[in-house]
Amino acid sequence: MALMTNIQAIAHTLEQQMKKDEKIVTFGEDVGFEGGVFRATKGLQERFGEERCFDTPLAEAGIIGSAVGMAINGLKPIPEIQFSGFMLPGFNQIAGHVGRMRNRSRGRYHLPMVIRMPYGGGIRALEHHSESQEVLFAHLPGIKVVIPSTPYDTKGLLTAAIKDPDPVIFMEPKRIYRAFKQDVPEEEYTIPIGKAKIVQEGTDLTIVAWGAMVREVQKAVKTLEEEGISVELIDLRTISPIDKETIINSVQKTGRFLVVHEAIKSYGPGAELISIVNEGAFLYLEAPPTRLTGFDVIVPLPKGEHHYIIEPKRIAYEARKLIKY
Amino acid sequence: MLTKQFDPLKKKNRMLQILDKEGNIVDEKLVPNIPDDQLVSMYKTMLLGRIADTKALQYQRQGRMLTYAPNKGQEAAQVGSVAATEQSDWLVPAFRELSAWLHKGWTLENVYLYWYGNERGSEFPEDVKILPVSVPIGSQLNHAVGLGMASNIQGKDEVVLAYVGDGGTSHGEFHEALNFSGVFNTPTVIVIQNNQWAISMPTTKQTKSQTLAQKAKAYGIPGIQVDGNDVLAVYAATKEAVKRARNGEGPTLIEAVTYRLGPHTTSDDPTIYRKDEEVEEWSLKDPLTRFQKYLIDKGLWSKEQDENQREEYNDFVNKTFKKVEGSGLVPLEDIFDYHYEEMPSQLKEQYENYKRYLEEEGS
Repeated sequence: MALMTNIQAIAHTLEQQMKKDEKIVTFGEDVGFEGGVFRATKGLQERFGEERCFDTPLAEAGIIGSAVGMAINGLKPIPEIQFSGFMLPGFNQIAGHVGRMRNRSRGRYHLPMVIRMPYGGGIRALEHHSESQEVLFAHLPGIKVVIPSTPYDTKGLLTAAIKDPDPVIFMEPKRIYRAFKQDVPEEEYTIPIGKAKIVQEGTDLTIVAWGAMVREVQKAVKTLEEEGISVELIDLRTISPIDKETIINSVQKTGRFLVVHEAIKSYGPGAELISIVNEGAFLYLEAPPTRLTGFDVIVPLPKGEHHYIIEPKRIAYEARKLIKY
Repeated sequence: MLTKQFDPLKKKNRMLQILDKEGNIVDEKLVPNIPDDQLVSMYKTMLLGRIADTKALQYQRQGRMLTYAPNKGQEAAQVGSVAATEQSDWLVPAFRELSAWLHKGWTLENVYLYWYGNERGSEFPEDVKILPVSVPIGSQLNHAVGLGMASNIQGKDEVVLAYVGDGGTSHGEFHEALNFSGVFNTPTVIVIQNNQWAISMPTTKQTKSQTLAQKAKAYGIPGIQVDGNDVLAVYAATKEAVKRARNGEGPTLIEAVTYRLGPHTTSDDPTIYRKDEEVEEWSLKDPLTRFQKYLIDKGLWSKEQDENQREEYNDFVNKTFKKVEGSGLVPLEDIFDYHYEEMPSQLKEQYENYKRYLEEEGS
């Protein structure tokens, strides 16, 4: 057991898995010598050599495309994309090949790869550094999309992603890379992909969130509890495939549903979750299932970002509206 | 070294040619050492490729096949290159590599099945290391580089032969792949099949470069332009590139100058963008007739053998297509089964709901 931040949990997990499985290689822009701009791969090149942890030219399609070839030819690549906002040149590879290779080759070639990338706002960043584009990836068949929210989950989910025979997009909420520490066991463990976590049980309202938003919701929940409102908080953990069962069971119990996400509203992941609630718990609903999300705008630069980022106060406000409906 | 002798930036002696358009040897010193039986087998694949291609076009015109991308005229660029690799090497195709596929061992039945609209066609024999058809342009080259990176890291003895068209050289991923291949010194041989047209766009509008081969220079790797309708030239350049790759000396870019005698696909009408005279001129450079003449001159082949072989292949292709035509529709499981190792619950639910519908309402 050791106290770790999210970023430490990533570095620790990569090191543990690379030690156990010599097929694992990790690479990307500044990943090797520097250990990544966020230091997620710090020390790996020193420990495992330049063949297993290396820098690549600055080219996202090249990074993901060569990972495809490596995965077909016996390796387990873990490419890092420096910021998810830079992924779009590599999106051609993800949509055009990564999600399709198993199907196109009738199961002959599968891609056991984990594509890591920091995502999300709240770090006073430049343009293209703050997006939450999980739904772009979740819309593609053949791919799994995972987002952890705590150091403990980071290790368990990343380990599961590395062991998964299918490609996993592992999105890391960079806003909480170093926000807090948590006890993380030294020994290997996995958290199943596709299973949500009930962070706390409650009876009046179900709130679903993931990534950095989980902590914001937790703050709101404290206020709501003081007002006598009992919230069931679910950390979705996996954006694709979604754990429908946990959500439906919860809403059948509470009768109210709120999803909180950083991604923009229209066609966002909240719409999918509300559909799931409507299909599975319609007759139990006491208020319209609701989403509290980013606006349909480009994430503003830091001086305007406070309007975009969802605060606990606003979460509590929306929750009260649902209770009073 | 051929890449030095035929430097793509030189004005004279820019393009490697060994067999001229009449099928005569241009320079005896350049003739690659290919065993007689291999020469015959290369010719046979080109012939089968030509017949299977011609028939596919006919089947499509008869409404019996889906959209098809014809290969006529590009047989030498394909067979000349793939024949210079070993069975243990990788083949990364674009989508117009019929003769290369057949030579590598993708069965005609499965090739036809694929163009017939059944993904089952993309099943390859176990010992054939070939990637599926890549419809997105140019992006397959990065896979070829990754295959080579993995070979290097694992100390495997493998070369990766990849294809791209002249249009593909405009794509960003072409440049990323060449850059990566140079930086990581991968055993990759990239063959550009410059067939002069990317649908309606001529190569002269695709690039301002004098040659496509010279683009290699920007990435610090060898490049060479060859007569792509001359099977011996394509073979010689590829053989040298493969040897370099196997020796750990890295990638090579080969521009095979050839011509697509047919349309881009069966949905395309080339008569609206190119002149008949151009097609006629290129027909005189047909890779098949020149190779045939060379083999006959060498006493390895005869007109009579040729006629018998054509008859045999005609029969084989007809039978193969009949079989494909009888393959029917794919079962429901087939469209769901291959996306994940284990079907996620949401997908399983969609599958089961539809199955229930079929059971209750009849298919």
